[in-house]
Amino acid sequence: MHIGTYIELVQKGQQDSAEAFLLVSAKHAAEPDIKEMCKLLASWSQLLVEKIKPFAEKYSEEKDNEPDRLLKDFFEQNRKGALALLRDLHDLWLMANEANVSAIILRQAAQGLRDKELMQLCDELEKKSERQISWLLTRMKSAAPQVLIAAA
Amino acid sequence: MNQTRDSIKDIWGERTPYKGENYPVRIDERTIEEPDHWVQSACVLCSTGCGLDIGVKDGKIVGVRGRGVDISNYGRLGPKGLYGWIANNSPDRLTKPLVRKNGKLVEASWNEAMNLIVEQSKKIIDKQTGLGIGFYTSGQLFIEDYYTLAVIGKAGIGTPHMDGNTRLCTATAAAALKVSFGTDGQPGAYKDIDDTDCIFLVGHNIASQQTVLWMRILDRLAGPNPPKLIVMDPRKTATAEKADVHLDPLPGTNIPVLNGLLNLIIQAGDVNEEYINAHTVGFEELKKTVAQWTPEKVEEISGVSSEKLRMAAHILGKTPTLLSTALQGVYQSMKATAAAVQINNLHLIRGLIGKPGSGIFQMNGQPTSQNTRECGADGDLPGFRNWGNKEHINQLAKLWNVDPDIIPHWAPPTHAMEIWRYAEQGSIKMLWISGTNPAVSLPELSRIRKILEKEDLFVIVQDAFMTETAVYADVVLPAALWGEKTGTFTNITRTVHISHKAVEPPGEAKPDFDIFLDYAKRMGFCDKDGNPLIKWNTPEEAFEAWKECSRGRPCDYTGMSYAKLTGGSGIQWPCNEKHPDGAVHIYTDGMFNTAIEESESYGHDLITGAAHTEKDYKAIDPRGKAFIKPAEYIPPHETPDEEYSLWLTTGRLVYHFHTRTKTGRAKELYDAAPDSYVQVSEEDAAALGIAEGDMIEVASRRGSVTQPARIGGIKKGVVFIPFHYGYWDNPERSRAANELTITEWDAVSKQPHFKYAAVKLSKAKEGVLHKIGEALNMVNDQPQKMEV
Repeated sequence: MHIGTYIELVQKGQQDSAEAFLLVSAKHAAEPDIKEMCKLLASWSQLLVEKIKPFAEKYSEEKDNEPDRLLKDFFEQNRKGALALLRDLHDLWLMANEANVSAIILRQAAQGLRDKELMQLCDELEKKSERQISWLLTRMKSAAPQVLIAAA
Repeated sequence: MNQTRDSIKDIWGERTPYKGENYPVRIDERTIEEPDHWVQSACVLCSTGCGLDIGVKDGKIVGVRGRGVDISNYGRLGPKGLYGWIANNSPDRLTKPLVRKNGKLVEASWNEAMNLIVEQSKKIIDKQTGLGIGFYTSGQLFIEDYYTLAVIGKAGIGTPHMDGNTRLCTATAAAALKVSFGTDGQPGAYKDIDDTDCIFLVGHNIASQQTVLWMRILDRLAGPNPPKLIVMDPRKTATAEKADVHLDPLPGTNIPVLNGLLNLIIQAGDVNEEYINAHTVGFEELKKTVAQWTPEKVEEISGVSSEKLRMAAHILGKTPTLLSTALQGVYQSMKATAAAVQINNLHLIRGLIGKPGSGIFQMNGQPTSQNTRECGADGDLPGFRNWGNKEHINQLAKLWNVDPDIIPHWAPPTHAMEIWRYAEQGSIKMLWISGTNPAVSLPELSRIRKILEKEDLFVIVQDAFMTETAVYADVVLPAALWGEKTGTFTNITRTVHISHKAVEPPGEAKPDFDIFLDYAKRMGFCDKDGNPLIKWNTPEEAFEAWKECSRGRPCDYTGMSYAKLTGGSGIQWPCNEKHPDGAVHIYTDGMFNTAIEESESYGHDLITGAAHTEKDYKAIDPRGKAFIKPAEYIPPHETPDEEYSLWLTTGRLVYHFHTRTKTGRAKELYDAAPDSYVQVSEEDAAALGIAEGDMIEVASRRGSVTQPARIGGIKKGVVFIPFHYGYWDNPERSRAANELTITEWDAVSKQPHFKYAAVKLSKAKEGVLHKIGEALNMVNDQPQKMEV
């Protein structure tokens, strides 16, 4: 079984999301809605990390090592100016989608194992990811024209 | 001179007790000379929309009297209406355009001022497209002004950056109505007061805000079978004084209290299951969400006693009819839209909507804010159309004969706070402010002043007076006031009034309508065939054009005309072939505007504000059923701590409107409430050694003000400062409440959070300010601790 690998991916995905949301919150604190909403969305991911823990222990034997890629790749560059907000939200969107697809895949296995508690957790993961993605998309769509056309 | 009562001392006047049909007429009048003629109008000094006549003598306004025939007020007027018109005759009216030269505003011709605006506009559009231009308008212009401005912005320039100060007062009303019922539009009627068994006022100090509606409630309370009154407000206001149950939540805790009430009502089985099944979706989700909100938990979070909560829930659960209202205590607080929606939910689960005595007023603060929303001069599209619905955009494009892609609809329109942010960042280069005073009314004023001062921001201010904002302008355009122009506007109960021109504007001042038309002509805005985009030249022609835009939409005006609005009462929309005399209620058959073709929005995540898409909506399209949407509790972002240990909340006084631009210029209103103050509870005052009248420095993380202390009538841990006072009549002392408030807004309605900020109090240093405090105490003796 490789299910442990995906549990770890899911857990890592939420951990990375939490950190990344906090990073964007602090970096763009001059945007009041970004600052507070990213904090809230980070808290969702943080809570999910805690909820995954018992399952990570339960399936701890069943895993390979996967390198952590996204957080490193996305947020190392030190972006500045009007475009930075859009690019950072774009990266958050990619990360949230990565977390979401991991949860969808894990749910398939949870169903196969008839692990009802894990299925329930996967549903929650998916729902929260979708809400994060939806907010990010809304915010990017409203920022995009101004950033790409009117900003210096 | 004729005065039916001294409304400064006797705010609400004599009682005319009643119940049911035939609310007695009582004509309130105040004239300083005998008019030679009367001109039909309606009051613009709150959102009630009282029908009145303007008395004119020798070309000057000399007074007003209520219109007995009008369904909004049956002749009654409040102190602001009876005195506010005096501002029209004020000697400091703006009478000539001003243009900034070498750092100073100097008089200029209209030609010079308008050419400068056109030159700047074209330069900016060349470089940045219409995205470089923003409009910040009002809740006090007329339909004809707003609709003209909306077409200029949306089909002429093509900018999504257009909003009004309605964002500060009614954005949440619109958002909450859309969330629950599919489109904006108030379900209730003032007539509901006549019949109702229970009135629930949430965060709404109606005795002070809408004095004439309060008179009607007082008249019911004095009559046979009076309604029960439940008031939710952290302060012991004049409204709360009359309540059967007064719920006094801490700032930011509306959702716990409302969820607690819903929970008790559901637990007691007081829901209308038949109505829920036939006319709503989402009840099970609500039941699940509110289940955790036991009275004990509500008390712990909100400070509202569990006993009072149970009393209120019992009344609300059993009453056969219910009229609820919400205003700034909900709209300017944490999770505003989500909280306002819970009031809609209360009515939906009890099936108390669209019938006599059962209505909801998601209140407006300003007289014409309903029209800012209807006409699209704020973030909405004209006629409650949905920016995400291609068919709606095509309707507008066809109506205006333009390419649909000119109309900005690629994302939610830019809300006011974001417009200011773009100006701060420099991507908006021109900001046209009409009929509003952001240098006093927006949050965190030090920031707003910095933006207005920016060299790369071209600021146009269109107003009747040299406001705190106008002093920062590059161009000031002198505008005509109410009474000096003709137009129409709509109150909270969908009642449309006509206001005829009674007198000429002073000097070269012009109606807003004429200014916008002039701009459109000079800019050469055209339709697809090269004809002028704006095809109307008079207010009446603009109204006819607006009627076409409203055709078939919920706010259908097609059955109205200037002639029909003249002579009798105001008329409630929808007014069309089906309802030739208007409609008292909407949603009488339990069918709401939620079908996908009809709805004004595809909905939002109530917590994040994320916009749902057409695809999302298709999956859930309730085809006429109302949405019941629950809300989780999220605590405010700034809460009192050791250093800033008290909650600040802001609000209004009965004698003033907004930033006192008009009411501060009527001597009697000015003298009735000449200065700001800070209201502190007895407990907090004792702990801090503060006595009545002491000058107190109130500081937040964003600024500080100095105010005389007024003690009592407020919950421990909370202080209150009225928001009306700025600097035009007193530049000496920092006193505008918004020096302290926070730059933040509701995720869905984007309405700023004025109702909470953490502050600290200390006694101001000895000296001049103390003397001011003492002097004020002498003139401003308020015998009661009651707040109006």
